[in-house]
Amino acid sequence: MTTGEMKKASYTIPIGPIHPALKEPVRLDLTIDGEEIVDVDIALGQVHRGIEWLGMNRNNAIQNIYLAERICGICNICHPFAYVMAVEHAAGIIPPERAEYIRTIIAELERIHSHLLWAGIAAHEIGFDTIFYLAWRVREEVMDIIEYVTGNRITKAMFQIGGVRRDITEEQIPRIRQALDYYLSIFDKLGEVFLKDKTIIMRTKNVGILKEEEALKLGIVGPTTRASGVAKDVRQDQPYSAYADLDIKAITPDMLTGTVVGDVYDRIIVRLLEIKQAIEIIEQCIEQMPSGPILAEPKPAKLLNTLKKAEGEGVGRAEAPRGEVIHYVRMEAGRETLANWKVRAPTYPNLLAIPILLKGGQIADVPIAFASIDPCFSCTNRVVVVDRKINKKSLLTGRDLLELSIEKTRKLKC
Amino acid sequence: MEILSPQAIVDSFKTALGDNFIDSNIYEQEVAVKKSLFRIIWLHVKREAFKKAVEHICQLQEYPHLAIISSADLGDNVELIYHFTIYYGQHLQEISLGLRVSLPKNDLKIPTITDLIPGAIFTERETQEMIGVEVVGIPDNRRLFLPEDFPEGVYPWRTDETGPKEDMFRVLPGRKPK
Repeated sequence: MTTGEMKKASYTIPIGPIHPALKEPVRLDLTIDGEEIVDVDIALGQVHRGIEWLGMNRNNAIQNIYLAERICGICNICHPFAYVMAVEHAAGIIPPERAEYIRTIIAELERIHSHLLWAGIAAHEIGFDTIFYLAWRVREEVMDIIEYVTGNRITKAMFQIGGVRRDITEEQIPRIRQALDYYLSIFDKLGEVFLKDKTIIMRTKNVGILKEEEALKLGIVGPTTRASGVAKDVRQDQPYSAYADLDIKAITPDMLTGTVVGDVYDRIIVRLLEIKQAIEIIEQCIEQMPSGPILAEPKPAKLLNTLKKAEGEGVGRAEAPRGEVIHYVRMEAGRETLANWKVRAPTYPNLLAIPILLKGGQIADVPIAFASIDPCFSCTNRVVVVDRKINKKSLLTGRDLLELSIEKTRKLKC
Repeated sequence: MEILSPQAIVDSFKTALGDNFIDSNIYEQEVAVKKSLFRIIWLHVKREAFKKAVEHICQLQEYPHLAIISSADLGDNVELIYHFTIYYGQHLQEISLGLRVSLPKNDLKIPTITDLIPGAIFTERETQEMIGVEVVGIPDNRRLFLPEDFPEGVYPWRTDETGPKEDMFRVLPGRKPK
């Protein structure tokens, strides 16, 4: 291509820290050659809020549950879930069996809502806003159920160390079943919309490919790794909560198509099948739920006293909609706050896959390829295009980038 | 791949590391109605044998999953725990493995494991900037979370004189400083 006097200049495009295609503020520096992305670098830390520091210096172990809940707005069940398990292991508290089932039901309701939310955003990223509206309208039903069961759409405050704070009563079950039946009735339709639509197939097949070996080497988690054919799922692998009683199998795309490509399309398949899996898990949990207490220690003051005396360390791992969440906790006797608290959310390792997903692709594919790992979304800012050779900066708004993506869809459609 | 029991795993570490093996603890917890066992193995090894221990983990599981490195300032030394999981991908077989290393404050160095587990790069960069442990041989030496204008030689997770200074804390409006 570089023949004669015409020489290609390589450009660096920084995207972010705040950008519509990035759920969390993060900066991507893309080195591009024409339309092709040749290198990607990631800069993090724009929303480092020092949450672990607060947990070690300000809050007591119970207050930390609510802080953990606010780490992420979308998956605000998985963080307190992993956190309370870590504290329970450290302090030797065993939650009652019924509480384990309620935890599982709530976590699966969250998975349905999160995957539908992602499906809408993914459609929006390729300029298919009809499906975006459809997916988010369908999502309202599960949000209603979450509110019905927990009293809140987000930040549900269901978790307590040694159990859950609210029971799921007999009268509530028919309404939950009604919602599950609704999702089962529209599931085939959803599959048709997301997997058979010509536009979606064109924009997602063979885009952002992550090979199985790379996923294993980089320790990628969640639907991103499962779409590459790695059957890794904390719910299947590690006995925790009511998942240990059920026969759960990690979802890989070959269950539907027979092959594993590891592209964006496969990630859609995995998330879609996981919605169905979540419905099945909730149904089994409702059927098998034992009766009994929901808290190991119902009096918060007494619980706090036990926690103050606790000495030890624990690890809690839970499968969030985006992958494995891990909390490590160390407690010292006589200390009100935690002695050590380490939190790792699934996007942390999954960002390692971003350079692989984007390299060799086009700029117009950045929004959908980046969104395909489902990193946690923020709002519009700008993209600066830097011409290294003449050191000239030009400004591309986030909207421009989205329009590039929409334009590509239109061109493909023609 | 042969699946070993937690005790057999600990024994295999003892043979592989010899004198450099300090101690171990197996934590087991029955879960839910069917009482399946949640299992964690805590291993404490000397720094000299740390790399060998990670190599040994790579023998137990082809691609061990490194979740995170947690670190703590314990006064005279800094403790790092590498949180691995092995035997994933099989129903209820997974074992968590916490590999603990203590480093004296006057010699905060640990070899990189990115040659064995490339995915460790982010957490090694975080460990370097947050607690001031030098990761020897790290392929990417830059900061991960801290901004570029953050002062050198200050480590947010340290509790000694290298920890964050008083004037770095911002008092929220309406609150009195301590």
